[in-house]
Amino acid sequence: MRATTPREDLLRGIWRENPVLVQMLGLCPALAVTNTVENSLAMGVATFFVLCGSSLLVSLLRRLIPGEVRISAYILIIATFVTIADMGLEALVPDVHKALGAFIALIVVNCMILGRQEAFASKRPVGRALLDAVGTGAGFIVALFLMGAVREIAGMGSFLGVPLFGAGYEPWVVMILPPGGFLTLGLLLIALSAWQRRRRAAATAGGPGPAAEVRP
Amino acid sequence: MSDLLAILLSAMVVNNFTLALFLGLCPFMGVSGRVETALRMGLANIFVLVITSLCAWGLNTFVLVHAPYLRVISFIVVIASLVQIVEMAVKRFSPTLFRQLGIYLPLITTNCAILGLAIFQTNRGYGLLEGLFFALGAGLGLTLALVLMASIRETTELSEVPDVARGTGLVLIVAGTLSLAFMGFAGLLSA
Repeated sequence: MRATTPREDLLRGIWRENPVLVQMLGLCPALAVTNTVENSLAMGVATFFVLCGSSLLVSLLRRLIPGEVRISAYILIIATFVTIADMGLEALVPDVHKALGAFIALIVVNCMILGRQEAFASKRPVGRALLDAVGTGAGFIVALFLMGAVREIAGMGSFLGVPLFGAGYEPWVVMILPPGGFLTLGLLLIALSAWQRRRRAAATAGGPGPAAEVRP
Repeated sequence: MSDLLAILLSAMVVNNFTLALFLGLCPFMGVSGRVETALRMGLANIFVLVITSLCAWGLNTFVLVHAPYLRVISFIVVIASLVQIVEMAVKRFSPTLFRQLGIYLPLITTNCAILGLAIFQTNRGYGLLEGLFFALGAGLGLTLALVLMASIRETTELSEVPDVARGTGLVLIVAGTLSLAFMGFAGLLSA
């Protein structure tokens, strides 16, 4: 495996290898609970917590977990942290807990978390594993926040519950309903792909200048 | 009986697992390229969903009343071992079917629809029979969504789409449109 610097471990998950927008992992929560900014942030923070906790524990135990049962062991560790997050949210913010409903328990099957354990935390020392978890978790929050912001602004004309437009604004109700989730993510991906194409075209036209993206 | 039918229809079209609740999106994106594989994946899902519903009912009735905080952990362990057992049984009794299902069978473990079903069933307090109808409806709904999506994707492959939109972006837009169409079923049960 290629050696990486600690800085790279932390930063790549946030944008360049963003779990949702680039790797297409964890789509289920990214679509289901992003109808408002508040719900998106709560889901992002809960997932962030579970990812950091599991990465830390998996990395600590990496020499003790036998290879044959490693996936089951990871799932058990993740499920434990999800139970903690579930109970914590219920005690601290009961309203948000109710709005997210079954989707908190479903963090267990978020393939992004299991993916990071298998691909990274199980092979690296604790510090690196934690950096990677923080980066990937932050990337997940960024993606959910983008989705939530687009959907709440368009669908309710507000941001974090604060109205943005005057009373004359006709909300696009479809954006906070299930189809809006698919449409928002689809349009977001198309916009990203168009933007990347333009950058790549600019980079090749002007020679490999400092703006050119260095891909491993 | 009409209650049970309502549960089945509600899980199948009104609250379709994939298009309204976003459960089971991985196979929806991954194996919806061909109608034939989509159908096979759907059938494998129905099978596992129904058995999961039985197990979740058993756990809820006999075990979790004593230790509710173990819910998530025990569900995921049971589902993982269940898929393993089903895989071994299919391999033993029908090697042909096993070859046809291939990688899809083990992948069902990480399909959130399965765990979602167990949790929804618990939250709504469904009994044994209600749970079975719920699982059957959810499975049929998943299969319907998969097959519809696969048929549309087979067609879009040949149509002219702007280059930037090719790939996942287009699939998501199509899924959004399908989801919009399925919202038309919302009045079906309240009427």
